[in-house]
Amino acid sequence: MSFERLAVSKAPRSRTDLFLSFTWLGLQGFGGVLAVVQREIVDRKQWMSLAEFAEEWALAQTLPGPNVVNLSVMFGGKHFGPSGAFAALSGLLFFPGLLMLAIVFTFQAFAHLPWVASALHGMGVAAAGMVMAAGWRFMPTLRQHPIGFPLALGFAALSFALAAWAHWPLAHVIALVGSLSCGLTWWRLAPKDAP
Amino acid sequence: MTWQLWLELHLHFCMLSLLAVGGALAIIPEMHRYLVTDLHLMSEIAFSRSVTLSQIAPGPNILLVAVMGWNIGLQSAGGLEAGGAAMAFGLFMALGLLAAAVLPSSLLSYFMVKWLQVHQQARGVRAFKAGMIPLVMGLMLSAGWLLQTASNPQTDWRLLVICGVCMLLVLKTRVHLLWLMLGGAVLGAVLGL
Repeated sequence: MSFERLAVSKAPRSRTDLFLSFTWLGLQGFGGVLAVVQREIVDRKQWMSLAEFAEEWALAQTLPGPNVVNLSVMFGGKHFGPSGAFAALSGLLFFPGLLMLAIVFTFQAFAHLPWVASALHGMGVAAAGMVMAAGWRFMPTLRQHPIGFPLALGFAALSFALAAWAHWPLAHVIALVGSLSCGLTWWRLAPKDAP
Repeated sequence: MTWQLWLELHLHFCMLSLLAVGGALAIIPEMHRYLVTDLHLMSEIAFSRSVTLSQIAPGPNILLVAVMGWNIGLQSAGGLEAGGAAMAFGLFMALGLLAAAVLPSSLLSYFMVKWLQVHQQARGVRAFKAGMIPLVMGLMLSAGWLLQTASNPQTDWRLLVICGVCMLLVLKTRVHLLWLMLGGAVLGAVLGL
């Protein structure tokens, strides 16, 4: 038994606690959600140990959908079943969502002003740079990829070309590149034969 | 908006929910293709603003789907000039599309978590996880690229520079994202871009 299991970790007290905690969490995340979630759940509330959190986050990443959304559903579900999952999920999305729509509405009311429109252009390309940086961050992972860096980079480039230039539907991109990449990876992960 | 279109939109987003292997950012290219290029439900500018504003607001990135819904609903009901009814429809679309984008993958996560915990070291699961990474990287880079072209319709070189600089600053420094957005806003406004 590891020491992490021996230590008593605290748990959310109720569905309301889940909802409010995830609301607070949602109101903090500016793109770097992982750091915020970790700080809140592991450090501050101590609802999970770091090891448990790493494992849950890895699971959330494997499943489709936003990582933090998956995590909220998995975590809420573990503690209070379906209603817990719903409480955590709605906490994460409801008030942050309202706030977001309020911000959008405010901007739209002023978007006719030329300097606001110019500012939005500037912000748009800044955001574009941020999103590209988020993608570029995978480079080190590609270097270590089971199928080797050249092929992994090739698949990334192909996905980029199909999505950004050829405007392929996502389902087709996933069907083609996803199956090739996962298939090759599966083959390369074959267990070595024992001598 | 016909109810057929309404239904088709929501079903499409339900499908996207299950295809969103890289999270919200990875489905941006598809949303652009579907909403702007295919169905002409949003202009490039509206698309760019939706994503941009969702980046300044706190909360998970997936909320940008709500913003898209808001814009689509608002516009199809007559825009801000049409007043309360248009805004109500905007809210209705925002909630509906967000639910469509979030519920399928959330349900999948809820029901799969136990199975996945047991099988996470299985070869197939590991292959899936690692195999998807090049794809996710390509999708995110293309999301950024599409956002750039949507925000920079005249391909102004100065906006390109801002884009590149922001990308470098995010990769090489710990400057908070909000400062970058503010910088972009100020530069954009001052230079009249």
